Order: sequence, then C-alpha cells, then structure tokens
Amino acid sequence: MITLKINGLDVQVEEGTTLLEAAKFFGFPIPTLCHKDGLSPYGACRLCVVEIGEGPQAKLVSSCTYPAEEGLKVRTASERVVKARKMVIELLLASCPQSKIIQDLASAHNVHQQRFKQEYEDCILCGLCVRMCQEQMMAKAIGFRGRGERRSIGTPFDIKSDECRLCGGCMYICPACQLRCTYNEPEKAICGACANLSPPCLDKEEFKDMMCYMEPCVACEIKDE
Amino acid sequence: MQQDITPVSEIVEKYGRRRGAVIAMLEEIQALYGYLPPETLRVVSEKTGYSLVDVYSVATFYKSFSLKPRGKHLVSVCLGTACHVRGGPAIAKEFERQLGIRAGETTPDKEFTLMTVNCLGACALGPIVVVEGHYFSNVSSVKVKKIIKRTKAGLDKVEIEGDRRIFPVEVSCPRCNHSLMDSEHLIDGCPSVRVTQSFGRKHGWLRLSSLYGSYNVESEYEVPEKTVVNFFCPHCHAELRSAVPCPECGAPMVPMVVRGGGMVQICSRKGCKGHMLDLRNDDLESVSGGL
Repeated sequence: MITLKINGLDVQVEEGTTLLEAAKFFGFPIPTLCHKDGLSPYGACRLCVVEIGEGPQAKLVSSCTYPAEEGLKVRTASERVVKARKMVIELLLASCPQSKIIQDLASAHNVHQQRFKQEYEDCILCGLCVRMCQEQMMAKAIGFRGRGERRSIGTPFDIKSDECRLCGGCMYICPACQLRCTYNEPEKAICGACANLSPPCLDKEEFKDMMCYMEPCVACEIKDE
Repeated sequence: MQQDITPVSEIVEKYGRRRGAVIAMLEEIQALYGYLPPETLRVVSEKTGYSLVDVYSVATFYKSFSLKPRGKHLVSVCLGTACHVRGGPAIAKEFERQLGIRAGETTPDKEFTLMTVNCLGACALGPIVVVEGHYFSNVSSVKVKKIIKRTKAGLDKVEIEGDRRIFPVEVSCPRCNHSLMDSEHLIDGCPSVRVTQSFGRKHGWLRLSSLYGSYNVESEYEVPEKTVVNFFCPHCHAELRSAVPCPECGAPMVPMVVRGGGMVQICSRKGCKGHMLDLRNDDLESVSGGL
C-alpha cells in the first residue's frame, strides 16, 4: 500500500493506482474527457491536471497517467489547477464549439468567455476512438495518421478498412463526432448515418447494410414513423 | 501501376519480421521503389504482425517516407535553422518558381520532386540543397537554375572501378565544421581522418586514410566484412549520416565536408567502395572531378 496526501487528506491506495483513480475513489471529483474506464489512460486532453509537490517544485501533471507515489502531495483543485483546467476547456471549446460534451464541460466549469478563434474541427485527437477500436473491439481499423497540425484519425489510405466491422464503437465514444459522418462518400463511411436535418442515409441503397449508432438519429426516427 | 512486390517479403524476412525494425524495413522499401506503394505496407503489416494502421501511421509520421510516387530527381532544400537564416526559404521559393510546383509536389513530367527538409546535418555548408544525394553547398538563388540544368544533364556518378584519382583531402564534420584530421596519426603518410564508429555493442575510434582513392582504414575494433557501421563526429557527437543510400549497396552514406568547399561521401558498409564527391565550384559546371 502507498500512502499519499490528496487535498490534505492522508489516504492509502494500492500500488499502481493512478492519481485519478485514487482521487475518484476518495471522492474528489476530477473532470475527464479522454479517459474512459476500460480503455488505457492516454493523457491527451489534459483536463484531469492536478498539482503535485510543494513550493517551487510544484508542477501540473495529468492525473490519469500519473501513478500514485509514496508521500506524494496532490491538490486536485488548487487555484493553479483550476486556472489551467479552464484554459484547456476554453481551447477545446475553440477547436470544437459544436460538441455537446465540451459545451457541458465549459458550462460546468464556469467558462464563459471565448478568446480564441473558433475552428469547428470535427476531431480533437483525444484518441478515444482509436483505443476503443483497438482495445475493446479488437479491430485496429483506425489510427493516427501524419503528425503536427496534419495529424488526423482515420483508416489507412482513407478507404474502408478490411478490419472494420462497422461496429460503430468509434462513433459511440467520440466526444466531438457529429461532423465525422461522411455521408456523401459512403465508401469511406464508418457508420454512414448522421444527425442531419435531411438525412442522406434515408432510402439509399449504399446505406442499406449499415447500422446506425447515432443517438438520437433523425433518419432513424423518420424511418420508424 | 501494379508493381512487383516480391522483394518486399525478402526485406521483411531479412529483418527477422521484428516489429522494432519497421522503420528500417520501410526505409529499404522506399529506397527500392522511390516511394511506399500501398501494397508493400500491407505486406509489412502481414509479415510483422503489426496492424496496417500502425504501419500506416509510421509511414505518414516521418517526412522522409512518401506514399506518392516521386519524380526521377529528388531535390531537397534545407530549411533548418542554420540554412534558414542564410536564406534557405528564398532558395526554396526560387525552386518552386523555376519548376512550377510547390514544395512536396512532383512536376507533371515526373522529372523533379521538390521537398523542403528540416535539417540535412550539413549546417556548416548552408544553405544547402541535395539533389539525388549530391550536396550543393552555399546555394544562392542564382545557382538554382544551374543546379536544375545540371541535374537534367545528369549528375556525375563516380565510377568506382574507373575512378583512379588519388589526392589528399582535408575534411571536417558537416554539422559542427570541426576538423576531423588527426596529424598525430598518419595513414599512407598523410594525416588520418578520425571519426567515432559504432556497430553492434562496440564503440570506438576509426581512422581513415585522407587520400581520396585509398581505402586504408585502422580501427579500434575489427569490423566484420559487410557490416554497416554508424559514424559519429568525435567533437560534436552528431551522427554522420547522409539522407541518401549508397548507390552501390544501399547502406547509408557518411558525409564529410571537404576543406575549400564541397562534400565527400563514403559508404558506411565495411568493404563497400561506394563513394561520392561533390566539390564546390562556383560555376557548378564540373562539380565532380574538378581537381
């Protein structure tokens, strides 16, 4: 067992526990975006930052990837942490303002301003779908491509992957997804449905065999009626 | 365009299907085809057990890999820090203008591919342009036209068998410009060229004859024939490794700056006599064999 201090409280956790798990277990809330139970920690979104150490040695680390250490002093909601977290949310909001999940995060953390140019990206590169595909669906159909500002997620060569079973796990888990639908290029599509006001998947042959994972999906509602 | 991909299997087998060797495999495949055809990535993925996604992400991550066919002549303009401050961007722009393509593109006649790279490890010679492994140093906008003209005419190849020239050269590290000459230790009666070599788990000095045309070497450890050795500068410890493979055997070339301007490259494989010599000549008319 490892003894550490979280927000001044002495706690004991098993070796190998991450700070995020420890804090959650003892009831200290830490917001997360790219972390999901059942998927490996990734540390991409930096929403889960906490402050460790003291004085000039204090630093911010992502709690989802940082293992608990003996005698570590962790602060999950210090002024510095909250400030950093708000900035992260503001940046996420700028890159993907249409995402409901990010909007909710912003609202929950009192982010009321938007100082950066809105980009309306359809991906925040959180890697959730890549891990979902690999670790839960055992498919490895999608992955990261390129690097730097040209980094993107998709299938190799942008064609339908042989490994893809159209399970829709990537769509299900995506926090920014609505725009990922490639309805006008069905050969590239992963699920082929989208929450469009005039659903393109309605009454079209190429979408017949595809399953829909959007919830709610306008097209499916129309079909059911 | 369908290509024969049987050699790819051999390349993968050669590295024992090791996952850690994917980059080396891709490098060799690229040296073979000039780019990475999609089918070859599939072969690599099948043989190594890596998923296609992972191989593809490696291939797209590194700038030196290309998934699109490249032109006959690959022009790399260095935009690293040293070349940048010496006017690299203007050179790149001039190439773009003269070839009528943007950086990263290939001319419609498939003759030239223009690339900008971030460092070629020859900062002392900047701004530098590498065409098919031939180094053009201290390039100015004026020289761009000549480089293109010369490339079209065909860059000199050193005929390994026919090249009987023998003359002493003085070389320095292309990265830090520190002299590599060791006057304490003579080989062939001339000061030797001292570098650090590394192969397997061995790491020690290597002294080369400074006579161009002589292949005499002395080393701390005996290097087995056909081993590819990594060369390092003994002063700045930068790896001496050129962007191009040896025209004879495909191993990486080792670049060294020749005093007075220019570049000599030797093959890093023990026993291979592949080498290239690009001496600086202001009119660029006879870069090779100018002495």
